[in-house]
Amino acid sequence: MPLDTNTTETITFSLDGKQVTAVAGETIWQIAKRLNTDIPHLCYTPEPGYRADGNCRACMVEIDGERVLAASCIRQPAEDMVVHTSSPRAVSSRKMVFELLAADQPPRETAHDGDSKFWQWSDILSLKANRFPAKEKPLADMTHPAMAVNLDACINCTLCVRACREVQVNDVIGMAHRGDQAKIVFDFDDPMGDSTCVGCGECVQACPTGALLPASVVSENGRIKPDRQIESVCPYCGVGCQLTYNIKDDKLLFVEGRDGPANQKRLCVKGRFGFDYVHHPDRLTVPLIRKDGIPKNADVDFDPSQPLKYFRQASWDEALNFATSGLKRVIDDTDGSGLAGFGSAKGSNEEAYLFQKLVRTGFRTNNVDHCTRLCHASSVAALMETVNSGAVSAPFYDCAHSDVILVIGANPTVNHPVAATFFKNAVQKGATLIVMDPRGQALTRYATHMVQFKGGTDVALLNAIMHTIIEERLFDPEYIALFTEGFDELQEHIKGFSPESMAKICGIDPQTIRQVARVYANAKHGIIFWGMGISQHVHGTDNARCLISLALMTGHVGKPGTGLHPLRGQNNVQGASDVGLIPMFYPDYLSVEEVTTQRWFEKFWATPLKAERGLTVVEIMEAIHSNEVKAMYIMGENPAMSDPDAQHAREALTRLDHLIVQDLFLTETAFHADVILPASSFPEKDGTFTNTNRQVQIGRKALPLPGQARQDLWIIQQIANRLGLDWNYSGPKEVFTEMAQCMPSLHGITWERLENESSVTYPVGENGVSQEVIFQQGFPTKNGRGKFVPANVVPPDEVPDDDFPYILTTGRVLEHWHTGAMTRRSKTLDRIEPEATANLSPRALMGMGIDAGDLIKVETRRGTIELRARSDGNVPEGVIFIPFCYVEAAANLLTNPALDPHGKIPEFKFCAARVMPASTSKADRNH
Amino acid sequence: MTDNKRAPLNFKSPGRGGKGPYAGKGRQAEPKAAIEVATLIAKTPRTRDMLIEALHLLQDAYGCITAQNLVALAEEYQLPLSEVYETATFYHHFDVLKDDEAPPAEITVRVCNSITCDMMGSKELTQSLRSSQKKNVRVLSAPCMGGCDRAPAAMLGQNQIFHASFDGVNKAILEGSIRPIIPNYIDYGGYISQGGYNTLKDCLNGVTTREHAISSLEASELRGLGGAGFPTGRKWRIVSDFPGPRLMAVNADEGEPGTFKDRYFIETDPHRFLEGTLIGMWAVDAEKCYVYLRDEYPIAREILLRAIAEIETFKLIKPGQLQLRRGAGAYICGEESAMLESIEGKRGLPRHKPPFPAEVGLFGKPTLINNVETLFWVRDILEKGPQWFSEHGRNGRTGIRTFSVSGRVRSPGVKIAEAGITVRELIEEYCGGMLEGHRLKGYLPGGASGGILPASKDDIPLDFGTLEEHGCLIGSAAVVVLSDKDSMADVALNLMQFFSYESCGQCTPCRVGCEKAVKLMAAENWNQPLLEELSKTMTDSSICGLGQAAPNGLLSVFRYFPDDIDKAL
Repeated sequence: MPLDTNTTETITFSLDGKQVTAVAGETIWQIAKRLNTDIPHLCYTPEPGYRADGNCRACMVEIDGERVLAASCIRQPAEDMVVHTSSPRAVSSRKMVFELLAADQPPRETAHDGDSKFWQWSDILSLKANRFPAKEKPLADMTHPAMAVNLDACINCTLCVRACREVQVNDVIGMAHRGDQAKIVFDFDDPMGDSTCVGCGECVQACPTGALLPASVVSENGRIKPDRQIESVCPYCGVGCQLTYNIKDDKLLFVEGRDGPANQKRLCVKGRFGFDYVHHPDRLTVPLIRKDGIPKNADVDFDPSQPLKYFRQASWDEALNFATSGLKRVIDDTDGSGLAGFGSAKGSNEEAYLFQKLVRTGFRTNNVDHCTRLCHASSVAALMETVNSGAVSAPFYDCAHSDVILVIGANPTVNHPVAATFFKNAVQKGATLIVMDPRGQALTRYATHMVQFKGGTDVALLNAIMHTIIEERLFDPEYIALFTEGFDELQEHIKGFSPESMAKICGIDPQTIRQVARVYANAKHGIIFWGMGISQHVHGTDNARCLISLALMTGHVGKPGTGLHPLRGQNNVQGASDVGLIPMFYPDYLSVEEVTTQRWFEKFWATPLKAERGLTVVEIMEAIHSNEVKAMYIMGENPAMSDPDAQHAREALTRLDHLIVQDLFLTETAFHADVILPASSFPEKDGTFTNTNRQVQIGRKALPLPGQARQDLWIIQQIANRLGLDWNYSGPKEVFTEMAQCMPSLHGITWERLENESSVTYPVGENGVSQEVIFQQGFPTKNGRGKFVPANVVPPDEVPDDDFPYILTTGRVLEHWHTGAMTRRSKTLDRIEPEATANLSPRALMGMGIDAGDLIKVETRRGTIELRARSDGNVPEGVIFIPFCYVEAAANLLTNPALDPHGKIPEFKFCAARVMPASTSKADRNH
Repeated sequence: MTDNKRAPLNFKSPGRGGKGPYAGKGRQAEPKAAIEVATLIAKTPRTRDMLIEALHLLQDAYGCITAQNLVALAEEYQLPLSEVYETATFYHHFDVLKDDEAPPAEITVRVCNSITCDMMGSKELTQSLRSSQKKNVRVLSAPCMGGCDRAPAAMLGQNQIFHASFDGVNKAILEGSIRPIIPNYIDYGGYISQGGYNTLKDCLNGVTTREHAISSLEASELRGLGGAGFPTGRKWRIVSDFPGPRLMAVNADEGEPGTFKDRYFIETDPHRFLEGTLIGMWAVDAEKCYVYLRDEYPIAREILLRAIAEIETFKLIKPGQLQLRRGAGAYICGEESAMLESIEGKRGLPRHKPPFPAEVGLFGKPTLINNVETLFWVRDILEKGPQWFSEHGRNGRTGIRTFSVSGRVRSPGVKIAEAGITVRELIEEYCGGMLEGHRLKGYLPGGASGGILPASKDDIPLDFGTLEEHGCLIGSAAVVVLSDKDSMADVALNLMQFFSYESCGQCTPCRVGCEKAVKLMAAENWNQPLLEELSKTMTDSSICGLGQAAPNGLLSVFRYFPDDIDKAL
């Protein structure tokens, strides 16, 4: 979406004897292609994001009056130019180029990919036997778990370099040496598997020869071919990359990026190579009922690959009857208040909608929630309070129009890798990037300012930035007057937060604070991205309020390249919240406590509804402990791993009278179940998913269900039926249609439209056109104004002291998703990150006499885990970072369940801890 | 309800139980190397364009670049390791070591293998030196060092040895003479006493207008003497017409085998060249100027460093406004756009044109690029008037041309002569005739790129535009005289080997074409049709002049010396 579309200057020239018109900027190759002449090309690809490099010389054309031929991929025609795309001179030169390149290739019969672009073009050019002596062949590099490197097929076209450096900006691949010695290298000519490669596979997708291939297609007999393809969406993060499943014999063979709005064919390591979990032998394929006498608090080793040690197989009928009878007892005893349900942000909109409808109408309670509570609940609380809209104001790729990009409390190269590529692209095109985070990260290299403040001092830092903006009158008075309220109060409040006074608290010197304030405020188009570093604090809502105030006072909202973008975590956390999978709202964020809304939904669902809001995730766990909640239905969530103070959460699960778990694997939560219902994985179902950009996208069924596993929608409906609800949805389409009837936000979006377009952004205007950037004329509040809500500095709930001197912070690693249930069962991802580690700064390790790789003990007031130390220069001294995906050393056994009072989100990002070598450490050192 | 004693803790990992990693992905900077590198490059700005300078500091300090130091350097520059590695390994003067690779010998001798030195026995010299050396000396074969008039040439460290002999080189090794020996030259004082910098001052004081200066150059018919021959005055005008800020770059990367004139001008009269440069900066209002000097010229480097310090001291220029940048062993960086890339601290890959550097040049800004000799003449033209230059010329041609003559003549060297002079006249009038016992068989009119002309064409005026119809180019006017003792097939192979060694590797016709051509030409029988077909593609489809001109020598052999084809080797 270029802003400057007014460059419609045209020129006329002769192409193969015909007068043709070209738009400024078009290359000869593009024009020829437009007119149905396909000029051979190798180093050029018309895929989005790839710069023409003109190096292979396969696309040469002849231009009258020019001494030499011209590369059509890079050459733009001039007025009256006479171009011949198929003159004998051009054709013979192209053929010679192919012959030269083929000379050093493995022969086609033994080619790594005999159907590569290179060989396809060779066919078209009817290349004959090669007349040139061959060069010595380089050796294969099979060190990467997911990619095969065979540089004997490399033609030095540099598409992989551009893929790595300019498209995804992961900066691993280079073209080293020169002349005929020039070669593709990873870092320091290291084996790919030992390099800084993040496994995005963009290079594999770009390679025109098969020199780089997904390892999954490599065989002794050449490239394995898929027998069918299905267009779908990635099941992992909120970016919502569109992809194509390549399937052979009903198994996923490999995955390619599709040209979706959010990814432009890009994928990350999880999306591209982390698909094989669906075929893992641990998949649950039969309904299971807990064996008599198997206690939930077993002191035995629990092995998720051995479900029959703890459960017995049951028929669907028995399992569903058993599941429902347990629910019925509690409904009768408690009028529903003793029940609760956790849906999942990994499921579809339809599943989430039906699940919350089941809980509200069948369980007769609003006790329904999901992991949004653990991720952006505070951001949503602040956004609802100030601008009455919980979604992002602009898609993340709008940063292409920003001159200043502020990323705070987010590590997007790890958690939203494809979104991060767009940030890096913007920086390459000249945008200024400010990163604010207690930890360093891969984006630091691209940042003009890396503001590494002390953890938990966000409000101090942000208030000081606002102080500067107000003090130096860098705010936008016109915008403030037109579209906001409460600025005077904020101005008054901010007086107490000078950079000098806040510097001590946040650890950033006043000059830097002022500098950053000026850069953001003076931007023409400033955009803010944030993640869980902002939200997962007891002051998470305050943190978000500050960011909103920052955008409001500078007027950086509602214009291209501006806005507020909390990067959503799960693939459908936006959608699950939108459709009401949260205790306080019906679909479209309509309060359950609002009488008119309640009446409306009672009529719509033809059921009486509860007037009080339900309990949130962590509150439900507390309610189990206090015997208020006695039975639960958990679909695709894993609170035994994801909840803070996980031991407490697991104890709660053991206390339940009745627990139904619907999942793919015997998760840590499923272990506590009374009955387990084997469900559908992402590629086994149809459904819609809403990404962080408010894009509703369609996921398509690519695989049959294994064994007796069933569609989640079917399971929900079966339970509903057994609870006496007369549901008879034929499939997701019918659910979507009902959903759309109660959700004005879905106006203009139909299942058919999604089937056709794959992705539609809401809101859709009356003209059918999506509005990507919202708040262009104020906000959906009663008076149309956004509200400034001042925030005070609140310390984290548990600060380090002499006993627990370290700060423990948690998060993710690139390769593992959430609690690891899927990704740890992906061969590739497990091979790259197989083991639980705690990241500490090299200096801290040195200070404690601990070597990287040593076993260490990390302890908090809630628990202790043992895991190995990883040296990480991005972690400040005094901080420990532990990813929460590893069950064998579950970080959430340590975390603090203290909640933000507004968003009810726990403080995952901060608690006090101590670290010591584990007792076995010395003997184990060489492990 | 279950009694709540203790929830289960012993969950087994769903993974397969691998180990690590215990540090971030890829190589991590070692603290010791980080400190060493940071100290070494303390004064070098951390901007990308200074990367090659920083690599030189590492290479000079340690005699090589280790993996650890390169990782630390990448960290210092906040650059991806791959970019630093590809830049370092592009240039032949950086010895980048693999982890398990032994550091190179303490002393490096480079013996020139380019055409004239090859004719004068450098191959034998290299072999004899190699076979007799101790472990602390390595002997490398290297391309032209600009010592063709005193062939064979060699470099011991940074000490250039001319008329190199086995004994002479060994003596120098024993004496440890690895520093450049600076000859007498006209320094600032000497230059001022000859009226130096008065022309510049007239420009700066408004006595001379920009329009006058540019028109004078136009009238003088001075052309770009690096080899392309673009009219200098017109170039200055074009650059100044593009909106600023503008920059200037001086091409002192004289690498064309057989050429040594720029080196001569810098090493004898550096300030005359610098005055031309400052006038150029003034004329196009360039904010900064970068002089890109090849690494094979340590004497010229030392002299230029001194001269630049002098003009900074005398406030003819602000400190840092004119920067000397050091090449690192890459002929391709003499191609102007590759030079720009190299000044920006990158690999020297030629850029696609258009756009031309006059519009989009160094750091994307309009850039005036001139060769050393071109700038050398500027002061005289402005001082003496354009006709002083244009009234020279022979055989209907205009101007002064500096020929670098080497090969089978009695008195080789830099010959400042008239444009349009024939090779016969040049040999007779300027070079004392052919060497005893040698009969003119042919000549390279323009170094390695310019093709080979036969003795029968010894009466063609040597100038821009006069040789094309004969399949040749004047280029940098490097005339290598060949005799009946020389096999033209061997000459052509030497030239092709040179291009193969120096190809940047960017485009297929040049990268693969040179490599295959060398293999085909090294074979006992030449596959002439295939070589001709290949040459056509190289000429037609290579990105830059290197690949386009690489087959010129070969094609000349086909055209003028068919009898020599069988006499190869």
